Amino acid sequence: MAILKRYKWALLLLIADGAIYAWNHSLGMNIFMQTSDSFVQMLSFIPPVFIILGLLDTWVPREQVVSHLGPGTGIKGMALAILLGVANAGPLYAAFPVAAVMLKKGTSLFNVIVFIGAWATLKVPMFLFETQFLGGLFSVTRWICSLTGIILIAFVIDRLLSDAEKQAIYAKH
Amino acid sequence: MDILFFYGLAAVGVLWSYTKDRQKTKQSLKKAWKAFDTILPAFAVILLLIGIILAVVSPAVVTALLGANSGIYGMIIAAIVGSIALIPGFIIFPLAKTVLGMGAGIMQVAVFISTLMMVSVVTAPMEAQLFNRKVVLLRNGLSLLFSFVVAIVLGKVVG
Repeated sequence: MAILKRYKWALLLLIADGAIYAWNHSLGMNIFMQTSDSFVQMLSFIPPVFIILGLLDTWVPREQVVSHLGPGTGIKGMALAILLGVANAGPLYAAFPVAAVMLKKGTSLFNVIVFIGAWATLKVPMFLFETQFLGGLFSVTRWICSLTGIILIAFVIDRLLSDAEKQAIYAKH
Repeated sequence: MDILFFYGLAAVGVLWSYTKDRQKTKQSLKKAWKAFDTILPAFAVILLLIGIILAVVSPAVVTALLGANSGIYGMIIAAIVGSIALIPGFIIFPLAKTVLGMGAGIMQVAVFISTLMMVSVVTAPMEAQLFNRKVVLLRNGLSLLFSFVVAIVLGKVVG
């Protein structure tokens, strides 16, 4: 039952596919070919991507790293914040609890925002996916642009916040 | 890039991990499976949807809405959808490839991908709890603007 529940939307679409096939055989066949093509393509390169994701997840020591991200850690701290962000595959909202721990441990606001940006758009497993589907030129160009962008954005936000506003943020955690 | 490269990378990673710590390697593979199992239902849905879209939606519609000639209007449509939608990362790229194949422009697709990943209207309240409203508005607003910059660069480099 649990499985049925998890796959209810997929099953509904399969039923819709069946209905389309009954209504128009050639259109139904077309859909079937397209769908099976994408399934084969996906399943052929998914295993390595998820294995890399699992390895990143167990080997990147988040807690130890966080204490090296305080104010005044400069380029090194920023690079660590980026590394911490890219070694993930979760959705953006999964980054928020980690960011809360970072704030609690005194990570600079600049580094936390860089971390959120890196998590949002520079994640390694996503990069592999992007390369596979859209090509290396597209993914590498976008990665470099985004890296530049998230650092700039963090810099601007850091400058636009007063010390009192920053202290109020830290006081929440 | 070749698929073989991914397999090579994963193999090297597993071997390295295995020589360092067997228990952690086992744990990694379990996590890999769990992550895959979690994403699979959404995967199946998007692949089925792509199958239907490819067969039913005419490329002319995609080209008109999001084609290279749709210019800034196409990019704005892509940015609005990308900022509001909450689509898991693994699903963005097959979808992007599909619409590109149907005639969407590189810049329009780039705005879509970039806003989808960096701008998040739905999770903004959660983000405001973490920081404050000002940070959230600035981060999302600047990310939105920046997505257009990324798109223009990609249009020049790839297009």
